[in-house]
Amino acid sequence: MIETGTLWTIIILLGIGSFGLRFVFTGLVGNRAMPDWLLRHLRYTAVAILPALVAPQVMWPTATDGVFDIPRAAAAVVTLTVGLATKNVLWAVFSGAATLYGLLFLLG
Amino acid sequence: MTTTTRKSAYRQGIIDSSPFILVIIPFATLFGVLATEAGLNVLETMAFSIVVIAGAAQFTALQLMQENTPTVIVLISALAVNLRMAMYSASLTPYIGAAPLWQRALCAYVTVDQSYVVGVSKFEREPDMTVPERVAYFMGAVTPIVPLWYVFTLVGALVGTRVPESWALDFAIPIAFLAMIAPMFRTAAHVVAALTAVVVALLAAGVPYSLGLIIAGIAGMIAGAQTELWFERKGAPK
Repeated sequence: MIETGTLWTIIILLGIGSFGLRFVFTGLVGNRAMPDWLLRHLRYTAVAILPALVAPQVMWPTATDGVFDIPRAAAAVVTLTVGLATKNVLWAVFSGAATLYGLLFLLG
Repeated sequence: MTTTTRKSAYRQGIIDSSPFILVIIPFATLFGVLATEAGLNVLETMAFSIVVIAGAAQFTALQLMQENTPTVIVLISALAVNLRMAMYSASLTPYIGAAPLWQRALCAYVTVDQSYVVGVSKFEREPDMTVPERVAYFMGAVTPIVPLWYVFTLVGALVGTRVPESWALDFAIPIAFLAMIAPMFRTAAHVVAALTAVVVALLAAGVPYSLGLIIAGIAGMIAGAQTELWFERKGAPK
């Protein structure tokens, strides 16, 4: 059982901390120029962090208790391939979902 | 800069982030269900989702609280999961840093994986957008996401039934992110950054406090930046 006082402490401090992390650069740096080397790195934030976030979920999905799963891995490959080929987010989502459900049904 | 272009930027943001609706609904519902099962009342559950507004960090905190982990450790662990938000903030600064402070604060509050990836990919694609258009677009991108996060946390807390596992909606998140990232691979440097980040993320998966993700992200960013420099020195087209 979680104590009410502890819970609210955590909610409030976690809220402040999370906002702080989200605001630290947009808020404090604002309109000031950032050095070139930093900007050069920041250009790759999205293409580095998001694949890194997804990769373990593709290799070891939570839903299968971390066991490699062919439908999920295939769906990831198809989504990425269609996304790269068509540059179209919706096509990529639909082909990925179709692969996932198709294979889950076939291999079910 | 007119109201019309701001409005159309806002609408475009809504359209571009709408694929994430399917992701947010089961995720928010699950949080509502798990929080209720952990003994939180509806007010506490909603406060969690509204104040913290960060899926993975909320799940982490909830899990650790149930294990009676000391408060400081709960906070450190959940904030470590959210550390990537500081990187998103840095990466958004060149695009929206010139906006008024209250707008930057509002954007910060609604910076989540989904709004970040939708926003930054648009800003990269269209460097001519004005700052007010970017802010309007970003607010559009969170419109289908954040309200649904609140509403379906509430649905989960009140109804208490999760989406059946056989629907495999767990995998909606990876599919949505992969679909969103794919068009961002515009240069070899982007590809190198992503591949490096993926390899390091898999190798560092066991690092505690989810710091493997941050290590992988930084490694990928360094790899991307170095590749870009290498192409510049060679004088080859980027």
